[in-house]
Amino acid sequence: MAKRAAPEVNAGSMADIAFLLLIFFLVTTTIETDSGINRKLPPMEESDEEVIIKQKNIFTVLLNGRDQLLVEDELMELKDLRKAAIEFLDNNGDRSCEYCKGARDSESSDNPDKAIISLKNERETTYKTYIAVQNELVAAYNELRDKRAQSQYGKSFAEMQANYKDVNWPGNKEKLKARIDQIKVDYPQKLSEVQ
Amino acid sequence: MSKFKKKKSGELPAVSTASLPDIVFMLLFFFMVATVMRQNTLKIDNNLPFADQVEKLDKKDLVMYIYAGKPSENYKQFGTEARIQLNDDFANVSDIASFIASERAAKREELVPFLTTALKVDSDANMGLIGDIKQELRKVNALKINYTTKKGSATQN
Repeated sequence: MAKRAAPEVNAGSMADIAFLLLIFFLVTTTIETDSGINRKLPPMEESDEEVIIKQKNIFTVLLNGRDQLLVEDELMELKDLRKAAIEFLDNNGDRSCEYCKGARDSESSDNPDKAIISLKNERETTYKTYIAVQNELVAAYNELRDKRAQSQYGKSFAEMQANYKDVNWPGNKEKLKARIDQIKVDYPQKLSEVQ
Repeated sequence: MSKFKKKKSGELPAVSTASLPDIVFMLLFFFMVATVMRQNTLKIDNNLPFADQVEKLDKKDLVMYIYAGKPSENYKQFGTEARIQLNDDFANVSDIASFIASERAAKREELVPFLTTALKVDSDANMGLIGDIKQELRKVNALKINYTTKKGSATQN
């Protein structure tokens, strides 16, 4: 009798394994999502009524064509901008805001609701500087909102928003939404851009 | 014993399926290579600036992309000033209105108010161009915008 053939390993299931891998990778691969700073442009139609805003309630930030930062007519470094903005927003000049921890300087903003940050840039300003400044100003608002959320509900604002978006979050969504909106009312983001 | 009978065992040899996985892998690789994510071919430099206070831009179908930046190496004939790119080609500021209109027409009507315009602008572009784009977007009432950035500290800019 001839040599017995070596028993062949059954490779039929290899295809299944390959398919399984393929499906696994198909499911787990997430295409990278973009992220960025969301902004809302002001509508085109202009209201006829002139709104009178007190000078002390406006925090002017000017970026000139050489990327220099001018805050309230004084030169400032980018790293100091966030702190200055927080001081301005949280100032509570008229003492109507009981949760503010600001300096209560009568020369600065009345309360967070009235405080407006006005950002002006020149045509020659580079985009990266503009984004850096936008980022710092948004950070100032976020920091204040975080503090407020932390003291009020024991959670940071970012965490609350993440919970709200999370489908699997077990808590009461409506209540959370109300809380988020309350914080947004406490520190409204009033950032105006001069064209 | 017949003359024609084989001397070895009479069973038919099983068809070897050992090469089946190879075929599957070949298919897998083919599709991996051939699949193109619907992305515009950029004709401009697009080095996004850094920011850390960012929000995610999910719901990809509700986003319109406007690119801007210097023409890249192969398109030097279009100048060195930052330019706008819509879909796959260079465009002027005046083209934005029709671009937004066509994007809106392609979406279901009830989704139109939720459309966001993502501005993917090169770090070195200047704000004059962005100001023009924003003005144009205001004219067509596309007010929700997003400055797309990379994640990182703003001081890296």
